[in-house]
Amino acid sequence: MRTLVAALLILMLGSVARAERLIVSVSNHRVTVTPNYSGEELVLFGSVEKDATTPADRTAYDLVVTVMGPRADMVTRRKERTFGIWINTDYRQFLQVPSYLALFANRPFDAVTSPEIARRQQVGLNNVLLTQRVSGDFADVVPNDAFRSAFIRLRTQRGLYREDPSAVTFLTPTLFRTGIPLPAEVPIGTYEVEIRLFANGAFIGKTETAFEIVKVGFEQFVATTAGQNGLIYGLVTAAMALMTGWMASIVFRKD
Amino acid sequence: MQLYLPIADLPVNVFLVLAMGAAVGFVSGMFGIGGGFLMTPLLIFIGITPAVAVASVASHIAASSFSGALSYWRRRAIDPALAGVLLCGGVTGTALGVWTFTQLRALGQLDLMIALSYVVLLTTVGSLMFSEGLRALMRTRRGALPPRRTHNWIHGLPLKMRFKRSKIYLSVIPVVVVGIMIGFIGAIMGIGGGFILVPIMIYLLRVPTSTVIGTSMVLTLVTMLFATMLHAVTNHLVDAVLALILMVGGVTGAQFGVRAGQKIRGEQLRLLLGLLILSVGIRFAVELVIQPADLFTIREVGGSS
Repeated sequence: MRTLVAALLILMLGSVARAERLIVSVSNHRVTVTPNYSGEELVLFGSVEKDATTPADRTAYDLVVTVMGPRADMVTRRKERTFGIWINTDYRQFLQVPSYLALFANRPFDAVTSPEIARRQQVGLNNVLLTQRVSGDFADVVPNDAFRSAFIRLRTQRGLYREDPSAVTFLTPTLFRTGIPLPAEVPIGTYEVEIRLFANGAFIGKTETAFEIVKVGFEQFVATTAGQNGLIYGLVTAAMALMTGWMASIVFRKD
Repeated sequence: MQLYLPIADLPVNVFLVLAMGAAVGFVSGMFGIGGGFLMTPLLIFIGITPAVAVASVASHIAASSFSGALSYWRRRAIDPALAGVLLCGGVTGTALGVWTFTQLRALGQLDLMIALSYVVLLTTVGSLMFSEGLRALMRTRRGALPPRRTHNWIHGLPLKMRFKRSKIYLSVIPVVVVGIMIGFIGAIMGIGGGFILVPIMIYLLRVPTSTVIGTSMVLTLVTMLFATMLHAVTNHLVDAVLALILMVGGVTGAQFGVRAGQKIRGEQLRLLLGLLILSVGIRFAVELVIQPADLFTIREVGGSS
């Protein structure tokens, strides 16, 4: 009985808090990496569903789409001149940060919402949480931190981090679409997509979806063999080397 | 034509990698060296991580040195006894080198150590070889006779052994020591070490030039096969697809390289090789000294969880 009441309460609260519902779908939930894979673009479609509780004055919506690839620990090192040569002196460790990160919106992030809400909802590359280990402590630092900005800059150069405040387009006032470009050297794994809805600068709600990037066929076979049967893999590679060398000496034999 | 590499996790142009393999193979066939010190930096340059590059190059060198060793074997230009003694040291040295590699990586300054050892080793060996080649060239210009071969202190060491094919009578101690050294350097720097081994064998051990290249190739072959196995078992970093493309390019290039090498005179060959090694060494030195375009670098440390 008590659980039923609790469930009803949650349902009511939920419906009050979410006057709008977001319905989204990705064009492909399973991207396969084949031998001729060289990057791809997914399309995210969605619509904002209004219901009876939606205030009548809400017409203009803003959307922020966040795509996050599989998480990993990364180290950013800084070189300094020591004894005349450039060597790595200082470093920061970034803990469980997305290997791919893309933020899209239908207009500039600062126009979508206030700086306060943007920070809380992690809107924009400057506001996404990137946890660092700073001398035993775990924290994110100010956006203009040298290591943080260098990290984002280097990832952006490789096409793995990106933000585009004009990528989301509204086809009708409630129907929207955006492209998700995946570079050639895309990390393998599960990608989370978060879609946040804003109206008049206020955060209304969010929904999530996901897609995965997988290796198939030969690529998959080679990768798993290398990981699980290192010895056999090594032996086969060594045998392959000997075979290639032997065949070459037969083919190019001069006598 | 783009091909996705399963371990390196990135697509590469097959023809570009084939051409790189062929070019390095040509050089290696011409000078009788493995070519690892050229191949590894090239792979890193096209975006493959240093760890995968080093691990995959090992099998590529094994393939090209095997095809080389086979043709030298047919010409009876390999001294099996000498190769056997060298290998005793080489395998020990490789194991020691891999152990040191792990220790250095734990200290976090492996990259610097690799760069510094490249600079020191390549510039030293390169300039020695270059100046020696230059002197030999000038001697032949003047028509003077080469200086008479004299016995040095190495030939006074005990435990002497007769190496029939090479027609030398030599203590096994320096041979084993040289093997250990080459194995050690090779494991740390990800190179076969042929370009150091050949001059050491010629100038220090007085091995005749007829058997020196073939014998050094046997050492390279075995240490590189050993290294491939080690990398595959411990780090799972050997990209077999990348290795195969490199091998095919490499062994083809090597055959043409051998033919080109036979047309060039010995001194000129040494001069050219010295110049090549020296320039790679200088390139590494310049990279350390001038301010890099970007002071920051990123490296993934842990896998996704």
